[in-house]
Amino acid sequence: MEISVTVNGVTHTGDVEPRTLLVQYVREHVGLTGTNIGCDTSSCGACTVHVNGEAVKSCTMLAVQADGQDITTIEGIADADGTLHPMQQAFIENHGLQCGYCTPGMVMAATSLLEENSNPTENDVRIGLEGNLCRCTGYHNIVQSVLAAAGGAK
Amino acid sequence: MIPAAFNYVRAGSAEEAISLIGEYGEDAKFLAGGHSLLPLMKLRLAQPTVLVDIGRVNDLSYIRDGGDHVAIGALTRHMDIENSELLGSDAPLLAHTASHVGDPQVRHRGTIGGSLAHADPASDLPATTLALGATYVAQGPNGTREIAAGDFYQGYLTSALEADEMLTEIRVPKMNGAGWSFQKFNRRAQDWAIVGVAAWRRNGDTAVALVNMGSTPVLATSVSTALAGGASIDDAAAQAAAEADPQADLNASIEYRNHLAKVLVKRALTEASG
Repeated sequence: MEISVTVNGVTHTGDVEPRTLLVQYVREHVGLTGTNIGCDTSSCGACTVHVNGEAVKSCTMLAVQADGQDITTIEGIADADGTLHPMQQAFIENHGLQCGYCTPGMVMAATSLLEENSNPTENDVRIGLEGNLCRCTGYHNIVQSVLAAAGGAK
Repeated sequence: MIPAAFNYVRAGSAEEAISLIGEYGEDAKFLAGGHSLLPLMKLRLAQPTVLVDIGRVNDLSYIRDGGDHVAIGALTRHMDIENSELLGSDAPLLAHTASHVGDPQVRHRGTIGGSLAHADPASDLPATTLALGATYVAQGPNGTREIAAGDFYQGYLTSALEADEMLTEIRVPKMNGAGWSFQKFNRRAQDWAIVGVAAWRRNGDTAVALVNMGSTPVLATSVSTALAGGASIDDAAAQAAAEADPQADLNASIEYRNHLAKVLVKRALTEASG
């Protein structure tokens, strides 16, 4: 089936099998491998991207469902000149990652969270990131990173 | 994990969706948000030959004041139910329960109609709408019919919907002035409930429904009857598992589930009576 999907502002048109998952489409058809596949069962959140501005687990959505939609991946949130998104910068400054595998999904979930709640409490952040698993950090510095980014956005 | 191959068609309206599902027969399935169906397809536990995508039937995404009830379009997402001011004031138990479904990413895609039609007894919304005495509206080739939540769940992942019917609306009676509670016990934040309880009380009436305590959501009528007869919350909660028939799994034995049901019903009744 021919679909047309806008990924990070660029529209891609092409044929996909209906069973192609959005995460496969982003990684293998569009060639953006920043979005990771973790559990592949919609538990871990490593594959989180934005669909029309909202965080979604791209392992649990078909590419054909994204036809005509606006997708943003981790590659699409920094400025064109390379200046990192405030959330990316906050993760660096607060040591919000160790191995980094969950980080693209964490950052995409966190930016979606701040879109919905620009002034979260620590508890709001912890609950807001319940769909993302990290097996390194114990979450402390991830939560600190998101709070720092929220503070910077004020 | 990739689903088995299937054909994909997209419906622009409920009528078109019902016509398509009739055309393709029993091996076709409706696809709404996909957050119940796609995980099963990836595990090859479901292998529909055709998916009829109803995710773009936008006129079935709404939350409206229906007088004595709130009418919710079947394609309304959990996130929209959670954030609805109308539901927050007139059916807060439902809005609150919706905020406990999965995680934010799941709630951005999953729909109330999809969750109810999937008829998983471990899901939060079937039991909550059962406790609320909701009415579901199903549309088929010959028109619409109303199905009481209490008649809808017929077995594990099995509902009263015919193969060529789709849920179009959920009508939730207004519960203004009621006390209510939703208790969800799980080990990880985003998990299904090991046991859950939805309860509300108003003017001496009490309704309690249980999550994951049988092959369908379970109405704990013995609890309501005991309270109506003047029993204390402690004594009524001791009846929590009377109608239940839970299964054992990796999370809990049957005995543990029955115990949890009593503890959680007691907490729910206490909160709903506060």
